[in-house]
Amino acid sequence: MAEAATSASRGAAPLLEVRDLVKHFPVKSSGLIRRTVGQVQAIDGISFSIDPGQSLGLVGESGCGKSTTGRVLMKLYEPTSGEMLFDGVDLAPLSQRQMLPHRKDIQLIFQDPYSSLNPRHTVGTIIATPLQVHKVVPEKQVIDRVKDLLKLVGLNPEHYNRYPSEFSGGQRQRIGIARALALTPKLMIADEPVSALDVSIQAQVINLLQDLQREFNIAFLFIAHDLAIVRHFCPEIAVMYLGKIVEIGDRDTIYNRPHHPYTQALLSAVPDVKQAAIGGRRDRIRLQGDVPSPINPPSGCRFRTRCWKAQDICAAQEPPLLQIGSAEHQVACHFAEPNTNILATSA
Amino acid sequence: MPSTDAEPYLRVEDLSVSFPTRDGVVRAVTGMTYQVALGKTLGIVGESGSGKSVSSLAVMGLHDMKRTQMEGSIRIEDTEVVGLPEDRMRRLRGNAAAMIFQDPLTALHPFYTIGAQIVEAYRVHNPDVSKREAKAKAVDMLERVGIPQPNRRVDDFPHQFSGGMRQRAMIAMSLVNNPKLLFADEPTTALDVTVQAQILDLLQELQRDFGSAIVIITHDLGVIAEMADEVLVMYAGRCVEYGATREVLTHPEMPYTWGLLNSVPELTGDPEEALLPIPGSPPSLLNPPNGCAFHPRCGYSHLVPADLCTRELPLLEPSPRGESHLKRCHLLDPENDMRTHEPVVDDDVLEQPDLVVADRVQAPDQQTLSTAGDSNG
Repeated sequence: MAEAATSASRGAAPLLEVRDLVKHFPVKSSGLIRRTVGQVQAIDGISFSIDPGQSLGLVGESGCGKSTTGRVLMKLYEPTSGEMLFDGVDLAPLSQRQMLPHRKDIQLIFQDPYSSLNPRHTVGTIIATPLQVHKVVPEKQVIDRVKDLLKLVGLNPEHYNRYPSEFSGGQRQRIGIARALALTPKLMIADEPVSALDVSIQAQVINLLQDLQREFNIAFLFIAHDLAIVRHFCPEIAVMYLGKIVEIGDRDTIYNRPHHPYTQALLSAVPDVKQAAIGGRRDRIRLQGDVPSPINPPSGCRFRTRCWKAQDICAAQEPPLLQIGSAEHQVACHFAEPNTNILATSA
Repeated sequence: MPSTDAEPYLRVEDLSVSFPTRDGVVRAVTGMTYQVALGKTLGIVGESGSGKSVSSLAVMGLHDMKRTQMEGSIRIEDTEVVGLPEDRMRRLRGNAAAMIFQDPLTALHPFYTIGAQIVEAYRVHNPDVSKREAKAKAVDMLERVGIPQPNRRVDDFPHQFSGGMRQRAMIAMSLVNNPKLLFADEPTTALDVTVQAQILDLLQELQRDFGSAIVIITHDLGVIAEMADEVLVMYAGRCVEYGATREVLTHPEMPYTWGLLNSVPELTGDPEEALLPIPGSPPSLLNPPNGCAFHPRCGYSHLVPADLCTRELPLLEPSPRGESHLKRCHLLDPENDMRTHEPVVDDDVLEQPDLVVADRVQAPDQQTLSTAGDSNG
C-alpha cells in the first residue's frame, strides 16, 4: 500500500494509520418493521497515515465525510470495516471498555464552543473531569493542573471557578482546547476548530494550536473547509469528496500543482482578498450543481456528475487512488493532470 | 464622502439604532452614514456584534419597532423610511427593497412549497395577478436563478432543496418584484465554497441585468474583495473605515482593518508565515470602551500622544489618501505608522474575560451558583 511507502520513506512508524476505513449508516424505512432500505456511504474506503507530531489536513465540502472520519477515529461511531492502527494497536474492533485506555491519547476539539461546554459546570470542573476520569494526577493536584492548563491556553488561571457563559467565543474555544490538552494526547482531532469564531479571533486560536503542537509534539488531524487555514496549518492535505479521498499530498503539490479536477475547482472557488484587492482575478472553474446524495452516489467516479473532464470511462470504472510522481502524492482520477495556474492571477 | 457617479438610491444618514434591555441600552449602531447608487455594491464588514446586521434590518424596517430607538435618516429613492408607518413600509419592502438572509432553511417556510412562497411574495405587491400567472412568474424566476427543471421543482418543499438551491430560491423570491435595492446579509456564509462561488456569480449577473443596488453584509473579506465597489468597516456599532474596496484593502487606514487583513492566511506566499492576530475580543455594545472602541486591542495607540485614544472618540474623517477614503483613527497617517512600527499590546487584553458579561453575571443568584460550583470543582 502507498501508506507503507509514505511512512517508509520517512523512516518512522506513523502514529495513526488508517486502512480502507468504511462507515455506512443504514437508512431505515418508516413503519412498524423498520427494514434497511439503503446505506448512507459517509466514508467509503479511505486510507491515510499521520506521523507523530505532524498535521494532516482533511478538506472537503459539507457531506464529504470529513467529520464522520474524526468521529469514527474517536470510536464515537463504530466503523463498518477497515483498520485504524493507533500506535500499532487496531482500534476498530475494540469495545468501548477496551477503548478507554486509548482515549486519553486521542482528544477532540469541537467546532462550536457554545454547545461543546456544559453551561452548568465551571471551567474548573470541565477541565478537571478528564483528569479525574483517567486518574492522571492525584486528586489534590487537580486544581493546580487545571490552573496550569488555563495559563497554557492563554486564560487567567484564577478564572477556573467561572462559568462558560462568562467567556467570549474565542475564550471558550481556549477552554475546549485546555480540556483536550489535559491528558497530553498524542493525537488531536480538530473538527473545524475555528470556523465558528470571529475572523480576528481565528488567528489567535490557530497560533495557540501551533504553539501547543510544537511544545508537546502532538499530531493533528485538522478537519476544515477553509483552504487557506488548512494550508497554513498542515504540511500534508487530503481532499475528500463524497466519502472518498480524491487527492492526497504535501502542501506544495496540493496548492500549486493540484491534479484532481475537484481539488482544482475547490481552490479556484476560494475568494482571495489580496488578489482581488489589487484588481487581479483568477480564472474560475465553476462547478455546476451540488454534491450528490451519499445514499445513492454516482457510479464509477463520484465526482463525474460535476466534472468537466468526465468521459464514459468515469461512469463505468471507479478511478483508484494512484501514486503520481513522489510517494506522498496520490490522485484518484482517470484524467489526472497538473494545473499550475489555479492560484495564478490574471490581471 | 466616498463619491458615486450616479445619484445614490439609498442614503443612510447619521443612523443610530439602540435597544433598551434589562441590563442597559445596547447601542447597536451609532452615527452611521453611507449611500449606494443603482448598479453599485457596498460591502459592510464587521465581526459578530459589530452592528452590521442591525443596520440593514433597520433599513428594511424589520426590527421590533416598539423596542427599538432609531434616529437619523434612511432614504430609499425619495422615501424617508425612519418613522414610516408599517403599512407603507410593507409596500416598500419587497417592492423597492428586498433582503436575502444567511440561512435559507430558516428563512423559508417549511410548510409551503417553494412556488407558493414566491407566488405569495409576488401577489402581495401585485394583487390583480391571477394565481396561474403568478405561478408562471415563479417558474420564470426559478429558471432565472438557475434551478434545474423549474416546472417540476416549483412544487417542491424547502427540505427537498439542497443548501445552494435554497439560497437560489430565496434570491428568486426576493427578486420577484424587481426591487432596486437588495440587502444580502451573509448570503453565502452557510454554503460550501464551490456553491458560494455560484451564488456570488449569480448575484453579480443579476445586478448587471436588473441594475440594482446591492448592500452585502459579511465577515468574509474575500467576499467583499470580490463583490463590492465600496467597503464600510464596522467596529462596535460605528463605521471605522469607508472607501473604495481596492483602496481600503490595499491601503487600510485604520488599525482594525489592518489587523483583520493580517490575521487571515493566504492561499499564496509563504504558508509558514506566522499569522498576526488581533488580541482580545470584540467589545460588548452594552458598555463599549471609552474613546476609540478599538483602543484596548490596538497595537498603535502608544503612538498617539496624551492617551487621546482612551479619552476621545476619533472622528470619521478623510485619510491622508484622499477625501473619499474615510478613517476613524487618531493617528495622522495610520498606514505609514502601521508599516513602520511594531504593534505593542498589553498582555492583559488576552486574559481578560468578557468584562461586561462578567459584570452582568455578578447578580446574587449567579454568585451562589458559582460558589456552589466552586466547591464541586
